Amino acid sequence: MTGESAGADSHASSLREHREALTAKDFTSDQETRWCPGCGDYAVLAAVQKLMPELGIPPHRVVFVTGIGCAGRFAYYMDTYGMHGIHGRAPALATGLAAARDDLSIWIVTGDGDALSIGGNHLIHALRRNVPVRILMFNNQIYGLTKGQASPTSELGKVTKSTPFGAQDEPFNPLALALGAGATFAARTIDRDRHHMTEVLRAAAAHEGAAFVEIYQNCPVFNDGAFAALTDKGRAVFNQIPLAHGEPIRFGPDGEHGVARAADGGLEIVAAGEHDLVVHDAHRADPAQAFALARLAESPSDPTPIGVFRAVERPIGISEVARKLTAAREQIAPDALDGLLHAGDTWTVGG
Amino acid sequence: MTRSPVRSRRRVIVRFAGDSGDGMQLAGSRFTEATAEHGNDFATLPSFPAEIRAPAGTLAGVSAFQIHFAAQDILTPGDEPDVLVAMNPAALRSELGALAPRGTVIANEDAFSKRNLQKAGYETNPLEDGSLDGLHLIRIPMTSLTARATEAMESVSTRDAGRAKNLFALGVVSWLYDRPTTPTEDWIRRKFVNKPGPLEANLAAFRAGWNFGETSELIDVQYRVDPATDVPPGTYRNVNGTTATALGLLAASVKSGLPLVLASYPITPASELLHELARHQDLGVRTMQAEDEIAAAGMALGAAFGGALGVTATSGPGMDLKAETIGLAVTLELPMVVIDVQRAGPSTGMPTKTEQSDLLMAIHGRHGESPLPVVAAATPGQCFEAAYEAARIAVHHRTPVILLSDLFLANSSEPWLIPDAGALAPIDPGFAAAPLNGTPFQPYARDANGARPWAVPGTPGLAHRIGGLEKEDVTGDISYDGANHARMTQVRAGRIAGIAAELPLLEVDADDGAELLVLGWGSSRGAIRAAARRVRLNGHAVAIAHLRHMSPLPANTGEVLRRYERVLVPEMNTGQLAQLLRAEFLVDVESYCKLEGKPLFAAELEREILERL
Repeated sequence: MTGESAGADSHASSLREHREALTAKDFTSDQETRWCPGCGDYAVLAAVQKLMPELGIPPHRVVFVTGIGCAGRFAYYMDTYGMHGIHGRAPALATGLAAARDDLSIWIVTGDGDALSIGGNHLIHALRRNVPVRILMFNNQIYGLTKGQASPTSELGKVTKSTPFGAQDEPFNPLALALGAGATFAARTIDRDRHHMTEVLRAAAAHEGAAFVEIYQNCPVFNDGAFAALTDKGRAVFNQIPLAHGEPIRFGPDGEHGVARAADGGLEIVAAGEHDLVVHDAHRADPAQAFALARLAESPSDPTPIGVFRAVERPIGISEVARKLTAAREQIAPDALDGLLHAGDTWTVGG
Repeated sequence: MTRSPVRSRRRVIVRFAGDSGDGMQLAGSRFTEATAEHGNDFATLPSFPAEIRAPAGTLAGVSAFQIHFAAQDILTPGDEPDVLVAMNPAALRSELGALAPRGTVIANEDAFSKRNLQKAGYETNPLEDGSLDGLHLIRIPMTSLTARATEAMESVSTRDAGRAKNLFALGVVSWLYDRPTTPTEDWIRRKFVNKPGPLEANLAAFRAGWNFGETSELIDVQYRVDPATDVPPGTYRNVNGTTATALGLLAASVKSGLPLVLASYPITPASELLHELARHQDLGVRTMQAEDEIAAAGMALGAAFGGALGVTATSGPGMDLKAETIGLAVTLELPMVVIDVQRAGPSTGMPTKTEQSDLLMAIHGRHGESPLPVVAAATPGQCFEAAYEAARIAVHHRTPVILLSDLFLANSSEPWLIPDAGALAPIDPGFAAAPLNGTPFQPYARDANGARPWAVPGTPGLAHRIGGLEKEDVTGDISYDGANHARMTQVRAGRIAGIAAELPLLEVDADDGAELLVLGWGSSRGAIRAAARRVRLNGHAVAIAHLRHMSPLPANTGEVLRRYERVLVPEMNTGQLAQLLRAEFLVDVESYCKLEGKPLFAAELEREILERL
């Protein structure tokens, strides 16, 4: 099954159950949402709750595992199974769950501090292992729940409570990091673009291995407008570079800009009519082009690619072993334990 | 040729010592198997250098294996060896101090070259300068005799011959104590079935060693140690603490029907458990080598959430890193077993030396009020029962349990009376099922044990959220209410303390009129029993008891302590259990502390007891 395309026998479709139609309400818990007014997290929650019924997976087969930070509260608001873990450790918890169970749809919700700082090691290893989890990383380029310190994605020079003279450390590029760790699915979307976000989440849900989705998420309290170039009316169309598999990469109100191969082999933004544009190929085994796209924008105030950067198939060892062990457990003979205890050289002392 | 006279011995301690490349662990373990076959009781203790390949011939590279075997029930690997097999000068210099007065040294004299003597720090050859006077010195040119025994064999290379001298030494000692040869020869044939060179070399070396013992006048007496007759009847096998722990976890998995998921990060000495369990995919065992100690704990807990028996194993520094996840498991109230194979600290400390210094950390080492049960294994074989018990408590009480073992237990081996699998206490996961009448599921409602439901993902009707935030009693909803927090703190403490009600009472092995109680925990059980036996043979009265549950303590612990005039607690730390007992029971407990990276010895405990009588 592993390595097949997300077709009729995919993992996601194997979890589907035929029953009366589910609605977003079936995925909404009775807990009051407590994010700040205007927080981008509300939009993501609504999009996920709306998408879930379309996937056809019943709520009891869905698990949300979260870390610490504003994003960590996500688990409480989904009427599915959920574990609100500890700071940065959601990928480790989810990996253990996936190792024990291959009959669940597991989602991780995390933030830029949770995933890239305290939990960086777990993130890269979950991607390396291609654990079948969807990782939604809310990137607001700030620590929100601890009230406004610089995060590993805060831009150089950012003045915050913890960096009154400006952040001195180069920020991480989350997609470049994920691709470097061998992510088989890497995508970026924006909280203010409901349609785009839903399509990216749908693609992530269909992916067979680890799916990493960076969601630019506005923090209205501590970092308002960090993604204004991509979300403000009038500016978005000039700065969003939508990626569509098989299509030339172009953007602008009339598609007048595009992405082309530069003389040095990298990618550059050009006038569309004057150059051969790069055709986006998310399924390329070689991640070099996805990586170049990830690095195209220095920061989200520049023209920035959004969409699925990479979606390739790679064996999912953790699920293969899980199936093998499940089969082995069904074969355990009644006297297996006695045999185990008596293995090797034994001797008997008469009574 | 005259047959050497045969003398009888009740018990003997032999230590094989050589360079880490000399195969001493192998010689020792083969001697152990032959000893088991012969029917003696025994206990063994290997010791390795911390470096994988320390420079050859140096003191840092000495590897040793000690076996204590007897015609009677024995309790420890022994204090002072009667016989030291020294394969090179470094081994002699490193281990000689431990040898019993008038003990025997069997030295491979070929290895006592000028260069090797220098590497070991000898200015003159101890085999010749009279410094070993008073000992029984047997010099054997093992390297050259092994070479000679194999020189006519076409399939045997010089290298094969050079590496077989440990089997020569084994042959000599096997003859000296009249061990059966068949188990060793069969093992050589199995081990080297497709390698004719090593097979022929090892067989020839072993037989040459045996024949040397029989024919050489250098060894003028052979010893007989009769099979032990005072051990309980039943079927036995040789296990070390690591194997017994693995078997205990496997038994718990099979009996409960819960898949075993062990997540670990490589660390000495706990890695051995990962290796041991990794071989059992046939029983559905999932082992995961995590990216770090934190992830290992997280994976075990994630697996537990999914309805598996989640286990993580580590040593010293790894426990520091797991603390946060263990705290999460405490508040999630999910079953999880954390195994700490203790080693000498602080920090990296002495990774290949034993200690019992993580007791207070196991009980208290998390932020906030986060109580959990702590179980301690007492002997290598008892690791089975301790691991099984840890899993049983974890599952029945929905709690992380810390199992304390130590390096000495992990590596030491002894005959183990194989339990009847059918007679093991049942472990019932008791997974929650959906409420029938449509009432909402309450994830923090409790059963008679104070345990909450184990509701695993995939069960219809039980979808719920749990997390590290404080929970409202019964509903499990997030709560920052002070009164609720006070109640939940009490509930968490009370349900763990309540486990004492189902634990066996602390048993005391006491002589009439005993005024001194020696109370131990963990791996010192054998040494304490052996010391008490010696004290009693001299006509003194003493009481001994051993704790296997460190938290909660057995219900009668305070009463037992108050029964005696004096209480002595020997520990391989600075008095952690003593501190705990004094704080809990206001009893003036005396400590005997040992912090040398070595197990407690019967002789020192005998001395400590006698001083207090």
